[in-house]
Amino acid sequence: MFYTITLYASLAIFGIGLVYKISNWFRYKIGRDARDISVSTRISAAIKGILSTLFSAKIGILIKVFILNVLLQAHLLRKDFLRWLAHICIFGGFMLLLLMHALEKYITSVLFAEYYPTLNPFMFLRDLFGAMVIVGLALVLYRRFFSKKPRPTTSGMDYYAIIILSAIMILGVLLEATKIVSHSKYEEMVEEYAMLEEEEEMPLEAYWVEKFGVISADVKGPFDKDTLEEGKELHEMSCADCHSRPQWAFMGYAVARVIQPVYFAHTFMWYLHFLACFIGLAYLPFSKFFHIFATPATLLLNAVMEPGKSDPANIATKQAIELDACIHCGDCTARCSVAVAFKQIPNPNILPSEKLAVLRDMASGKKLPEKQLRIIQEGIHICTDCHRCTDVCPAGINLEDLWFSMRDILAQLGYPKPEVWAREGMGAEYDLTRLKAQTLSLTPVDRGFLGGLGESAQASTFSVCFGCQTCTNVCPVVDNYENPQEVVGLVPHQIMHALALGRRDLAFGSRMLWDCVTCYICQEYCPQGVSVTDVLYELKNLSFIHLKEKTE
Amino acid sequence: MEFALFLGCTTPSRLKAYESSSRAVLGELGVTLVDIQEFKCCGYPLRNIDFKAFVLSSARNLALAKKEGLKIMALCKCGYGTLKKAAHLMNENSSLREEINEILAKEGLQYEAEIDIMHLLTVLYKEVGLEAIKEKIARPYENLKVATHYGCHALRPSQVTQFDDPVAPTLFDELVSITGAKSIEWPMKLECCGGPLSGVNDELSFSFTDKKLLDAKKAGADYLTTACPFCQIQFDTVQDHHIPSILYSQLLGLCLGLDKETLGFDSKRAEIENFLGD
Repeated sequence: MFYTITLYASLAIFGIGLVYKISNWFRYKIGRDARDISVSTRISAAIKGILSTLFSAKIGILIKVFILNVLLQAHLLRKDFLRWLAHICIFGGFMLLLLMHALEKYITSVLFAEYYPTLNPFMFLRDLFGAMVIVGLALVLYRRFFSKKPRPTTSGMDYYAIIILSAIMILGVLLEATKIVSHSKYEEMVEEYAMLEEEEEMPLEAYWVEKFGVISADVKGPFDKDTLEEGKELHEMSCADCHSRPQWAFMGYAVARVIQPVYFAHTFMWYLHFLACFIGLAYLPFSKFFHIFATPATLLLNAVMEPGKSDPANIATKQAIELDACIHCGDCTARCSVAVAFKQIPNPNILPSEKLAVLRDMASGKKLPEKQLRIIQEGIHICTDCHRCTDVCPAGINLEDLWFSMRDILAQLGYPKPEVWAREGMGAEYDLTRLKAQTLSLTPVDRGFLGGLGESAQASTFSVCFGCQTCTNVCPVVDNYENPQEVVGLVPHQIMHALALGRRDLAFGSRMLWDCVTCYICQEYCPQGVSVTDVLYELKNLSFIHLKEKTE
Repeated sequence: MEFALFLGCTTPSRLKAYESSSRAVLGELGVTLVDIQEFKCCGYPLRNIDFKAFVLSSARNLALAKKEGLKIMALCKCGYGTLKKAAHLMNENSSLREEINEILAKEGLQYEAEIDIMHLLTVLYKEVGLEAIKEKIARPYENLKVATHYGCHALRPSQVTQFDDPVAPTLFDELVSITGAKSIEWPMKLECCGGPLSGVNDELSFSFTDKKLLDAKKAGADYLTTACPFCQIQFDTVQDHHIPSILYSQLLGLCLGLDKETLGFDSKRAEIENFLGD
């Protein structure tokens, strides 16, 4: 009863979850191109695309990719043998367990008339497949927590996946072990299958204690040869048809050798093992295990879709699928060109492997707080578009396109490229038209500013400026405009002068900071050795610090 | 002659022809390039955002090259200028160097002062030498007029970059001259391509590019030549109505007798072949 209810409940949650998650593939809008495409257009485009691909020569490509990349993970094998082994062990072992063991009623016993879970080869295979999964899990744990190579970040989802899979496996082995040693289970079976005379009970039990690992309170070895011989005969008559030696279930038997029987332990383990399986099943669509659908879909779509040629509706759908295809393996971050910046700017959104989770929230239309949007903006733009993340992704996700889309979404929300955002933000806060109306004091109002520019030693050189205006005269930006001050605010020599007066507000309000093309002509020509360009760089850095503090 | 090739981010992702032509030309001239997989961003894109993140990024690359005992050669002017700048800052400022080294130490790396930072052009000019290149030229150009674009971040601040004379540089012109092409004088030779403002102020950025291309055309150039992916991409984006820009590695490669496919030629620049002499 309990079993049936939980099974159907978890199946129902799994089914609803699957429908919900797959519906997201058509509902999530990522990027500019996806904005104006309706859900129904996307669904019909997908059906059309799938049908036309299935009935074309491309079906061959799909089969090839399915076998080589989805099932055999050839691309992972080329990259890293141990990771490939881990994946094959977990995926292969678990699938075989699912087919042979979990679905025994529907598959194995139909295919093999002589099937019994306690008979070889099935009993041995069950432990072998389980061992495969456990070896795979051990490799995963090693890579994530013990390897000397740079380790990927591990999120809550990764912990869940490792824990639930380990729980299923360990509880399975414990169930097997507690069953092997269980005297109550033994008695139950004897009652049901063996027609024993009273005097025959002892020899059979002795034989099972000796050879099958049952632990009995009354019958203890050592046994004489005749008893065991008689037990063996009884065993062959009543039990052998359904029971191979438990040593073949090598994991369960090994554990059985070190535990003591506890009354009902195997029933308890049975509940736990099933509960773990059902939790795993019910939560699958919401966990990273959902990649078993989304990653193959991505790999297959990559093989048949062409950017620029495929229907934009299908590209929008593919991008939504890609969000679910990420397995958080961390390859992108390991290869990322700018990941090193994370050591100085501790914003996880710099790291490609961490950006996807945020993008998922954004694509779902969830309203994110201002502070978080600002952090995402910083992270998503610390990126050189080097394409390495996309090149290494074993799930075949076109990450770079996702980042472009993410920038689009942020720009729509009022968070464009940080330089543009800071220019507008600082311009509004330090409005020069307002500031100019004030009378300037000739004594420095903010003496601390010079000290604050200590970051790059060269930046403090502004203090030796004697106002010759060479920097301004050679500046190509200034030269670009009829009335430069109307456009850029203070021109370079004025900025140096404003800093000498301690008026950082005047400098901060100048567009000149952001329109500086960093050609270093001013700095090269300065007769006083003022590092004009570097001062402007520093002021930009300070603007970001200021804006960051403001949103915190 | 051996160098660690610092490809940077933009060349391999957006201008593969620069990588393939540089490899081919240097290979032809007997220069061995070592690829260090762990090289990452030079830090240039971080300069507006965070000073230390920029220095750290550069320092890491320099430390990696040093670990291999190699000189480092950049293809982009920005990459070259940034690595030079970071090295200069760390050499001058010991507390900064210590701070950066503390972070690098976690990866088993260390920045040390003595590391040679070169650019493709300085390797050709200073290490390979004009004479050695000249000897290899199979078919020099005839009647080809080329305008050299030096690139700001290699040239300036000259005290840091030590690329060439910042006011009257000749390095690039000499490298062009040995191909048989005539390096023309033009007023805006040393000005910015506009690239750094791309995406921040496109109008201003394109205005720079436009003026520069027009100026080169007015001066009578058939081609503009660059040795930086940012400049090249910038000129290519805006160049429709002016003159084409060609990478120096392609310009040189062609007269060295290397095939156009290896050099990554596209139809836009293929016509330069007509200038090759016999």
